[in-house]
Amino acid sequence: MNITLKVWRQKGPNAKGAMETHKMTDISGDMSFLEMMDVLNDRLIRDGEEPFAFDHDCREGICGSCSMFINGEAHGPGRNVTTCQLHMRSFKDGETIHVEPWRASAFPVIKDLSVDRSSFDRIIQAGGYISVNTSGATQDANAIPIPKVDAEEAFDAATCIGCGACVATCKNSSAMLFVSAKVSQLSLLPQGKPESKERVQRMVDQMDLEGFGNCTNTGACEVECPKGISLTNIARMNREFMKSSLS
Amino acid sequence: MLDSRIPEGPLAEKWSKHKDDIRLVAPANKRLIDVIVVGTGLAGSSASASLAEMGYNVKSFCFQDSPRRAHSIAAQGGINAAKNYQNDGDSIYRLFYDTVKGGDYRSREANVHRLAEVSVNIIDQCVAQGVPFAREYGGLLDNRSFGGVQVSRTFYAKGQTGQQLLLGAYSALSRQISKGKVEMFNRHEMMEVVKVDGKARGIIARNLVTGEIERHSAHAVVLCTGGYGNVFYLSTNAMGSNVSAAWKAHKQGAFMANPCFTQIHPTCIPVSGHYQSKLTLMSESLRNDGRIWVPKKLEDVEAIRKGTKNPVDLSEEERDYYLERRYPAFGNLVPRDVASRAAKERCDAGYGVNDTGQAVFLDFASAIVRYGKTEASIQNLNNPSQDKIIELGKGVVKAKYGNLFDMYQQITDDNPYETPMKIYPAVHYTMGGLWVDYNLMTTIPGLFAAGEANFSDHGANRLGASALMQGLADGYFVLPYTIGDYLADDIRTGKIPTDSPEFDAAEKKVKDSIEALINNNGDTPVDDFHRRLGLIMWNNCGMSRNEKGLKGAISEIQELRKEFYKKVRVPGTADEFNSELDKASRVADFIDLGEMMCLDALTRSESCGGHFREESQTEEGEALRDDENFAFVSAWEFTGTPAEAKLHKEELEYKNIELKQRSYK
Ligand SMILES: Cc1cc2nc3c(=O)[nH]c(=O)nc-3n(C[C@H](O)[C@H](O)[C@H](O)COP(=O)(O)OP(=O)(O)OC[C@H]3O[C@@H](n4cnc5c(N)ncnc54)[C@H](O)[C@@H]3O)c2cc1C
Ligand code: SF4
Ligand code: FES
Repeated sequence: MNITLKVWRQKGPNAKGAMETHKMTDISGDMSFLEMMDVLNDRLIRDGEEPFAFDHDCREGICGSCSMFINGEAHGPGRNVTTCQLHMRSFKDGETIHVEPWRASAFPVIKDLSVDRSSFDRIIQAGGYISVNTSGATQDANAIPIPKVDAEEAFDAATCIGCGACVATCKNSSAMLFVSAKVSQLSLLPQGKPESKERVQRMVDQMDLEGFGNCTNTGACEVECPKGISLTNIARMNREFMKSSLS
Repeated sequence: MLDSRIPEGPLAEKWSKHKDDIRLVAPANKRLIDVIVVGTGLAGSSASASLAEMGYNVKSFCFQDSPRRAHSIAAQGGINAAKNYQNDGDSIYRLFYDTVKGGDYRSREANVHRLAEVSVNIIDQCVAQGVPFAREYGGLLDNRSFGGVQVSRTFYAKGQTGQQLLLGAYSALSRQISKGKVEMFNRHEMMEVVKVDGKARGIIARNLVTGEIERHSAHAVVLCTGGYGNVFYLSTNAMGSNVSAAWKAHKQGAFMANPCFTQIHPTCIPVSGHYQSKLTLMSESLRNDGRIWVPKKLEDVEAIRKGTKNPVDLSEEERDYYLERRYPAFGNLVPRDVASRAAKERCDAGYGVNDTGQAVFLDFASAIVRYGKTEASIQNLNNPSQDKIIELGKGVVKAKYGNLFDMYQQITDDNPYETPMKIYPAVHYTMGGLWVDYNLMTTIPGLFAAGEANFSDHGANRLGASALMQGLADGYFVLPYTIGDYLADDIRTGKIPTDSPEFDAAEKKVKDSIEALINNNGDTPVDDFHRRLGLIMWNNCGMSRNEKGLKGAISEIQELRKEFYKKVRVPGTADEFNSELDKASRVADFIDLGEMMCLDALTRSESCGGHFREESQTEEGEALRDDENFAFVSAWEFTGTPAEAKLHKEELEYKNIELKQRSYK
C-alpha cells in the first residue's frame, strides 16, 4: 500500500518543530508501525538526510518505550496496543498519517518524536514501593495467603508499562491513571497496606510538583491505555487519598 | 592461571561456608566506597538496590529512558525456585541436578548449587515487595512446569513475569534513589572500562541525549548488561540489547567464556518479511498445553501452504506430533535445544507449514477440550454440548495465556483460539558471556559481571525460567556479599580521581572512535551491516554448525568488517541525540564478537546443549558430547584480532553428578 506521512521534526528541546511530509510506497500490511518508520529512516539515511528520532526497545508492547501520537490518538488507532504493536494493516491504502510526539509540559520533547518521561520515575521514587530490605530475611512467601481475586486485581493494576499515553491523551495532561495504578497495586496487597497513607500522599505531591494537570474524569486515558488500566483505580486512589488526608 | 576460587568442602555447604569465610566491609566503611553498576535489568536493579542498602555509594547506568524498561521487562513465562510448594518431590538438589543436566554438563557444579539454594529466598523477597504472582483459589502461590523438568517449580504472573519482577526490583532501586544512595544515570551508554594499576576503577559513559562524554570513577565496576543475542540481528531480544559493555571489558582483559553457546528458542513467531526488525517469543509455558506437529504427508503440507486445506481439518492420524513421537518421556516438554533442532529437522525435510517452509504448528485444540470438560464439571453442568465445552475451555486458556494469544493475533492476524499457531525457533538467550569466578569477578580485578552478561550457571543450554532466577540470585543474594571480599582492601583508598592519565587515555579512545564513525564518508546505513552479519551468523553459527561453514563465516565477517568501516554512514553529529551513532558503535562490537563466536564454535568440535556440531551426533541425530576432550569452559583472551584470541581452559569437575548422555526419550 501507499501512504503519506506527516511527521514531527524538532531538532532539540528548545528548537521550533514542524511537520515534514514523506511519501511511502510498497508498505506491507504485516509491517509494524515502527518497521514502517525504519523503512523511512533507512531511505532518509541513504539520501543523506537525517532519520527521525523515536524511542523504542522491546517492540512487543511491554517496555513502554514507544510513544507516538498517531492521527490524533496516543499509540494510534486500535485498542490495547502500543505503537510497536500497531500494524500497517490498520491503515487504508492512500491514507495520510500524522505522527507526533507525546505532548505534555511534564514530558518535554528531546528530539523529534522522543520525549523525556523521567517525571514518572520521580513519582515512583516518591513512594511507589514497599519499604522492605532485600536481605532475603523475609518471611516465607506462602505465610500470608492472598485471595485470588485480590491478587488478580493487584496484578491488573501492576501491568501498567509507564508509557505515558494516558497523559498524552488527557486534555489536562493528568497522570492520575498511571499514579493510581501503582497506588492500587500496592494497597490491594497486605504487604503494601502499612504504608498506604504516606505512599498516596507522597506520590500525589510529586505528581503535582511535576506539573501534571488535574483529573476531570473525562475517561480518555482509559480508552487509550494500551494495557487497559481501569478508571476504577483512580476511584480507589481518590478514596485512599481522602482516607489519608482525614486521619 | 584461571582460578575459579570455588570454596572447599561438601557441595551443599560451600556457599554458607564461603559467606562465613569471606572478608566483610564494616557498615561505616561502606560509606567510603563507590560502586558503579551498569545495567538495570533484574541483575542490575537488584544489585544496585542491595549494594546501596548495605551502605555503598552506587552509581547506576542504563541506556533506556528509565531503569524500568530494561530488557528483563519482556520475560514472559516464569521464574524457578525449589520451594516444593506443590509437594511433587522438588528439592534444592533436584533443581541443581536439572540445571546441570539441562545445561548438558557444561556448567560449574558449585555455582549451580548456590543458585538452587538462594532460589527460595527470591520468591520470599519478591512477594514481600508486592510482586503479584499467580495464586490458587486458596490464596497460595501457583506453579507451572517448564521444559526439561518433571516437577512444577515455576512461579509466574500470567505471561508477564519479567515485568512484575523487574518492577519489583525497580521499586527497590527507586527507594534507594530517593534516599540518595543510588545516583541514577538514564540514557547513558557505557563506552569503556577504565583500569588504573590493573584494576577496574571506573567507566567512560556517553550521555545519549547531549552526546557528552563523561568520566565516572569507583572502587569496583559491575556489569549487568545482559545478553548478546542481537549479534544475529533477528532475535527475541529488545532492539537495544548489545554486547558493547562486555566487549569493551573483554578488550581490556576480561576473558569471554563459551561465547558460542547460544539458545535458540523453539516457540517464536516466524519471520514474515525483509523489513522484519525483531522476532517475538511465544512463551515456553505454552508447551504445557500446546502440542507441536506438522502433517505426516507432504501433499497436506502443500495444500496448507496454498490455503486449500485448513490445518484443523486434518485428522489425528494425518498429523505427526514429532516431539511426542521422538521423546515419549518428555514429549512437548523436552528442553529448548532439543525442541528447536527437532523443528528444524522437520522443516529441512520439507514439512514446514508456511510459505517460507519454516514453521510448525503449536496447537491448543486438545487443551481447550480438556480444560472445558474440567470446567464443566466444576460448574456442575450435566452433559454439556461440545460447543459449551469448547467455550469453557477457551475461557480457561484465555485466563492462562490471554496476553500471549492477543500478542500472536496482533502480529499475525490469525486467531490462535480457532487455528493452531505457527511457530519457528529463534535466537533468544546467550549462555556464554564474561568469565567470572565464584565471586562473580572477571579476570580484571574489581570488574564484576552478573545476570545474562556472565557465563556462569547455564552450561550449554539454559532451562526455561532460570534466567530470571539467576539474575535476581546474582543481584540480591550473591554479588552484594562476594564483592565485599574484594572491596575490603579499599576502605582506605579514598575517592578515585578522574583526572588521571588513565581516564584521559580512555576518554580519548572513546572520542576518537566516535569521531571516526561520524566522519566516515560512507553511504550505507548501519542496519544493513547488522542484517548481513546476522545472516552469516544464523546460517553458520546457528542451530547447526560445521567446520567448513564456521571457517567460511570467519572470513566473511572479516570482509564485512572492512566494508563496514569503509562504507557505513552515520548521519548527524556526535554532540546530540543520535540513535544511528549508538547503533553503529554497537554493531562494530557485534562484528568482532561474531568472529570470536565462530572461532569458539570451531574449536569445540563436540556437540553439547545448544551447540550442535554436525560432525558430532548419534545415529538418531541427537547431540553427541565428548567429555573426554571437552569437559571444560573455553575462556578467551583478547589478543588484538577476535579470530586470534587465546584459549584458556577451565576444567569442569563433576563430583556430585554422574556425567551421562542426556536422554529425554
Ligand atoms: C522475550 C523473552 C522472554 C523471556 N522469558 C523468560 C522467562 O520467562 N524466564 C526466564 O527465566 N528468562 C526469560 N528470558 C530471559 C531473561 O529475560 C533475561 O536473560 C534476563 O532478563 C536478563 O537480565 P539481565 O539483568 O542480565 O539483563 P537485561 O535485562 O538485558 O538488562 C541489561 C541492562 O544493561 C543496560 N546496558 C546494556 N549495555 C549497556 C551499556 N553499554 N551502557 C549502559 N547500560 C547498558 C541496559 O540498559 C539494561 O538496563 C526471556 C528473554 C526474552 C528475550
Ligand atoms: S496507565 Fe496505561 S497509558 Fe498510562 S502509563 Fe500506564 S500503561 Fe501507559
Ligand atoms: S517498544 Fe516496548 S512497548 Fe513499544
